[in-house]
Amino acid sequence: MSVAGTKSIETEAPQASPGALLAFWNNPIGKKALMSLTGIILSLYVFAHLLGNMQIYVGAEAINGYAHLLHKNLALLWTARVVLLAAVLVHALAGVQLYLNKANTRPVQYAERVNIISTTASRTMIWSGVLIFAFVIYHVLDLTVGVAHAGPYEDVMPYQNVLSGFRFLPAAIAYVVAMVGVGFHLWHGLYSLFQSLGMSHPRYTPMVQKGAAIVGTLVALANISVPIAVLTGLLR
Amino acid sequence: MRLTLEIWRQKNGSDPGRFVTYEVEANEHMSFLEMLDVLNQGLIAKGEEPVAFDNDCREGICGMCGFLIDGQAHGPNHPGTVCQLHMRFFHDGQKLRLEPWRAAAFPIVKDLVVNRSALDRIIAAGGYNSVRTGSAPEANAILINKNDSDQAMEAAACIGCGACVAACPNAAAALFTGAKITQLSLLPQGQPERYIRVINMAGQHESEGFGHCTSIGECQAVCPAGIKIEVIARMNKDFIRASLKRRETTPPATISKSGSPYA
Ligand code: HEM
Ligand code: SF4
Ligand code: FES
Repeated sequence: MSVAGTKSIETEAPQASPGALLAFWNNPIGKKALMSLTGIILSLYVFAHLLGNMQIYVGAEAINGYAHLLHKNLALLWTARVVLLAAVLVHALAGVQLYLNKANTRPVQYAERVNIISTTASRTMIWSGVLIFAFVIYHVLDLTVGVAHAGPYEDVMPYQNVLSGFRFLPAAIAYVVAMVGVGFHLWHGLYSLFQSLGMSHPRYTPMVQKGAAIVGTLVALANISVPIAVLTGLLR
Repeated sequence: MRLTLEIWRQKNGSDPGRFVTYEVEANEHMSFLEMLDVLNQGLIAKGEEPVAFDNDCREGICGMCGFLIDGQAHGPNHPGTVCQLHMRFFHDGQKLRLEPWRAAAFPIVKDLVVNRSALDRIIAAGGYNSVRTGSAPEANAILINKNDSDQAMEAAACIGCGACVAACPNAAAALFTGAKITQLSLLPQGQPERYIRVINMAGQHESEGFGHCTSIGECQAVCPAGIKIEVIARMNKDFIRASLKRRETTPPATISKSGSPYA
């Protein structure tokens, strides 16, 4: 019903329900929430993986023993692998979709737009993400499957494999570059995930932001220390 | 002071547009818009088409004005609107580039003027707010926590200028929509429709062609009203909660772009 001289607000008829989960996925807020949840899974894995890696400094028995422990329960191992694979696929699909949508949301670019407070890490998430994706494939083929390994590959003997692999300089460089990508991704991601899930507080958010930068840097440096230690002969 | 201005000129939505360079003589007591008035008077005297720009109050409260100066929404002095920006922030001989807000959801009307009706439609999609009508209620009948009322008031300071969209690399209107969500969701009066409101407003935001929030904070750096991205987190939280709690399965009804008073 409309009153003379006025226009009523017309709504477009809602289409058939796409289902709650799909509707959530189709809205950018929902998509970012799922990126945040999958990002948490992947980040927890990155921390666990780093802690495992650091045993290389304890010695060959420590890290090889740890690897054998992980391989003891194949059901658990494969559950973890499937969860991680699902998480990374959902996360990467969402990230790529959001990135591609930028061409639609601003079809005509600015001649100039200055960034005032954003961090470099926050503006390069798609590139650090793509770098991580490419690296993960190579990394699995290198140290888990062994087909892309530079030296002689031994099953479930990470100590020997890491040493033989990183003596090949290009492999060490690729690893260092990828870890810089991981550091950058965590730098912004570990803070942004709180925002996406609706957690923000003037007292804690600045700490989270600083903490994310510190944790991202430490994770990158700790991982990078391994190929450096191999190349400098610290690990032999 | 003498300035060189590179201004985006575009006749209408179908004109591709281009930058045109002008020289203007101004003094430091003028506001930026007064400086443009001087430029336009000169153009009119020469029989040329004056530069179109939006404005109304010229005191920083209506939200009509706004464009980019050298890549920054509302110019280099934050927080503040371009009508409240004074020429003392610039120096003699400076060269400035003036560009309109660029977003698919903000079609260019002419020169520096864009159509921001998409923001009105997001508000309209929020729908009604249930209130008890009749005699005026007792002033303090509803008690509100001071912190909540302060935060709601801060969010309500948004003037709808669109600078947040302009500054966002994804052209998201998340800061605007978050402010509109927050000003109601923190108050008791906003509770009855709280969750359906966020679903509908977020749905309209998406269908208008705005982008997603990537938490980089460029919006809050240019917001003349000092809105913080905490409001976006509030919107995200309400949207996630609403999505989980909803019983009805119908998707949000979006407001049509042509058949509404907010075309
Ligand atoms: C070790 C693996 C990874 C971890 C730990 C990780 C972690 C995260 C986290 C925590 C976020 C923040 C989410 C949010 O803002 O709510 C994020 C964002 C993002 N991730 Fe990842 N990620 C990983 C791999 C990837 C991969 C493989 C891609 C592939 C393209 C990717 C692309 C992105 C993008 C584009 C964003 C930003 C989305 C946006 O706000 O625009 N990430 N990541
Ligand atoms: S949130 Fe700030 S920048 Fe965005 S429309 Fe409101 S006043 Fe303008
Ligand atoms: S003209 Fe009203 S805010 Fe600038």
